[in-house]
Amino acid sequence: MQLLKLSSTVNFMRLRVAAIVLSSVLILGSFVSLGVNSLNWGLDFTGGTLIEVGYEDAANLQNIRTQLNAADFEDAIVQNFGSSQDVLIRIAPRDGVKAVTIGEQVLEALRADGTAVDMRRIEFVGPNVGEELTEQGGLAMLVALICILVYVAMRFEWRFALGSVAALAHDVILTLGLFSVLQIEFDLTVLAAVLAVIGYSLNDTIVVSDRIRENFRKIRKGEPVEIINISLTQTLNRTIITSLTTVLVLLALFFKGGALIHGFATALLFGVVVGTYSSVYIASSVALALGISKEDLMPPQVEKEGADLDPMP
Amino acid sequence: MLNKNSIWKVLSAIIIVFGCALYALPNIYGEDHAIQISPGRDAVITDVMVEQVAQTLEQNNITPKRIEFEDDRILVRVSDSDTQLIARETLEKAYGEDYFVAMNLAPDTPEWLEALGGTPMKLGLDLRGGVHFLMEVDMSEVMVKSLDDAKNSFRTALREEGIRYRGVTQKDNYVELTFRDEDAADKALFFLRNQNRELSFDRIDDLVLRAVFTEAKLQEIRTNAVNQNITIIRNRVNQLGVAEPLVQKQGADRIVVQLPGIQDTAQAKEILNATATLEFRMLDLRNDVRDALNGRVPPGSQVIEDQQGVPQLLEKRVMLTGSHIIDANSGVDEYGLPKVNITLDSEGGNKMSRATRDNIGNPMATVFIEYLSTGERNAEGKLIFEKHEQVISVATIRAQLGSRFEITGLDSPKEARDLALLLRAGALIAPIQIVEERTVGPSLGQENIELGMQAITYGLGLVLLFMLVYYKAFGIVANIALVTNLVMIVGIMSLIPGATLTLPGMAGIVLTVGMAVDANVLIYERIREELRDGRSPQQAIHHGYDSAFSTILDANITTFIAGLILFAVGTGPIKGFSITLMIGIATSMFTAILVTRVIVNAVWGGKRVEKLAI
Repeated sequence: MQLLKLSSTVNFMRLRVAAIVLSSVLILGSFVSLGVNSLNWGLDFTGGTLIEVGYEDAANLQNIRTQLNAADFEDAIVQNFGSSQDVLIRIAPRDGVKAVTIGEQVLEALRADGTAVDMRRIEFVGPNVGEELTEQGGLAMLVALICILVYVAMRFEWRFALGSVAALAHDVILTLGLFSVLQIEFDLTVLAAVLAVIGYSLNDTIVVSDRIRENFRKIRKGEPVEIINISLTQTLNRTIITSLTTVLVLLALFFKGGALIHGFATALLFGVVVGTYSSVYIASSVALALGISKEDLMPPQVEKEGADLDPMP
Repeated sequence: MLNKNSIWKVLSAIIIVFGCALYALPNIYGEDHAIQISPGRDAVITDVMVEQVAQTLEQNNITPKRIEFEDDRILVRVSDSDTQLIARETLEKAYGEDYFVAMNLAPDTPEWLEALGGTPMKLGLDLRGGVHFLMEVDMSEVMVKSLDDAKNSFRTALREEGIRYRGVTQKDNYVELTFRDEDAADKALFFLRNQNRELSFDRIDDLVLRAVFTEAKLQEIRTNAVNQNITIIRNRVNQLGVAEPLVQKQGADRIVVQLPGIQDTAQAKEILNATATLEFRMLDLRNDVRDALNGRVPPGSQVIEDQQGVPQLLEKRVMLTGSHIIDANSGVDEYGLPKVNITLDSEGGNKMSRATRDNIGNPMATVFIEYLSTGERNAEGKLIFEKHEQVISVATIRAQLGSRFEITGLDSPKEARDLALLLRAGALIAPIQIVEERTVGPSLGQENIELGMQAITYGLGLVLLFMLVYYKAFGIVANIALVTNLVMIVGIMSLIPGATLTLPGMAGIVLTVGMAVDANVLIYERIREELRDGRSPQQAIHHGYDSAFSTILDANITTFIAGLILFAVGTGPIKGFSITLMIGIATSMFTAILVTRVIVNAVWGGKRVEKLAI
């Protein structure tokens, strides 16, 4: 069985101008949304208190709001979480010694009328910690990109390195853009997912770049565009299959992993799709635009005629 | 002939896979509800006690599954959580005084496996339920205290040396010494410099000296403050009766406290957050407390109320601070009257001995000082703490005291116990506050495990099915590799002592399942290409594996870099995710390249094959 039986080379690069325009528009859109809507920062970053409680029957949100108002939590945001019995209560950060005990106070208020309320989780994050986490997260992303840039530049060539990092940045920006447009909560797990997107997209990009390098060395005649097209065609089946299996497990995670892991699965699902697209179009287009050529990729030693193993550069 | 397995390759593959499988095995045995009894300060556990525990349980109609005695603790395994609750209460009543009785989940690993060092994976709090606190030590308070100590020692030293000074005052982050004449300032500078190596002295003008702590000393003060807090928190955590608590330093001034299985977070916080210190001071007998109450407080004295609200007139001079207390516990004296035994460190013992030498027969007060947050913040956004003082005991000094002494004349055993508890708690020197808390209830933890397992099962099932349909016989080989990969991840996670499985970690495993087949897809697509190019099946397999190898290596190393950075920079959920991701990358390379090659070679290699089922 084979997914696509391709007898001739697909001219991917014909669409590269269109792809660049599309990506530019999407990136611009993401930036605009990030500027206007910002991200729906989760508790990890904003600080505050979050309480998840479980009721035996469907919870009466209105009733809970009244109870909380009576207990001086007017700013509480009350919503269902995962199911109708589960309720998530968020309370903005506040100063003072009371902040630490908000969780208990809320539980007390909800249990005041004798209802059985199951404490499922309480999270309290002090405002300073939140700021630090935001800094750390941004730093992690930046350091990851730089290290990858260095490794790919060493292992391949700087044009490829820039191409792959451009593709990664593209994926990260679009994923953040999606979270901004849909206003899905952005917490630490989502940040982990975004970083995993970097890993995945990179995986894809490297495979494609590897083939491009190999073909540059193997195919004696041929324009760079042509060679890139050949390489993309050759790896297309693999690209699609791997994306497919990854999407399959992510769907399992999305539908079966529970509400806590939804943001994580969403970020990765979107990221894998975008990452697949970017490794085909962005990485190679950038390398091409930077003028990648046969000479750049020849190994330092003279290769034997007909050898198709990759000597380590 | 191509594609033949070398013996060492097969052997190493088998040994590694079975080794990992062996260590993954403990995870299928599940856990017992258990009660753990560990010794308190002065108690020891002996075989006799195991018998007693068994009897106590029998008298209360509790049948344990097993009672074990190892590593200086007794582990009572029971059948369910209800029995566990009753058993804990019973044992707490019987042994709670001298022992720590805690609920625990004990892995039900068979003995032969345990002997090989097999243990199940550690579950994170999000899967197990429990509390995670991040606490911050208030360094400004530590600095104030350290400067105060320095100030006092300057005064004493100058007095003893006979150097006359006008004033020694404590400023924001330095101590200022003023003198009447230049000569005295010169002498003081020379003398103090020699005596205090950890302070640097500056001459501000002819008559004024300024002393600041050196950077090394500042560092030491901070480290000490955090370490001391850690020690004290450990003791307090033991009082909570938690099995396997974690108290760990994080960063410069933070402490992570993890209490698995704790549900009453309010109590936990109260005990952990009670920052307090103790001071021993003499009662001021030369003046009348009534005069002081009328506004004529003598200089050098201070009025502090005791627990009943009765005001006491105390000397301001502190004989000894609580930081010198090593231990305090309650007991009875030879007449059966309640008392509290106190043990001081050697420096504290010397100070106490000097301070009590001339005060025999005079009353000494113990002042308990708590730092309670006012709810307001300073310019740096940190909470401001307010000092609350209370006299918790007044006792007459019967003899010159040393590093061990006792307080008697207490009204009841309960008072003795409370006092001992306060004395122990009073050793804290720096106020701490909780800056982050994550509590997961037991129901959510269980649910998270189930959801995670479901996601893994469904994800794995879908991928297995797809690979089978798409690559037929070679798909089966890839599937064997995939399942082996999962077993290896579990085995390695169980082997690494610090690795903890969390919900994001489970998500990482699911993701690994999806991405691990990539290596096989790369190889198989390569083999197909080679076949299309007209190579023989054996050559196609050989070249397929060879040419895919460097691609797989590059792709995985870059992903591994991403994982490594996540691990280095991230905390909490990010760390959990990155651990499984990195382990998954390593194992998937091994299974997808080596394990499948061994199988492929064994099935197809070294013989004439007309067609490959790929």
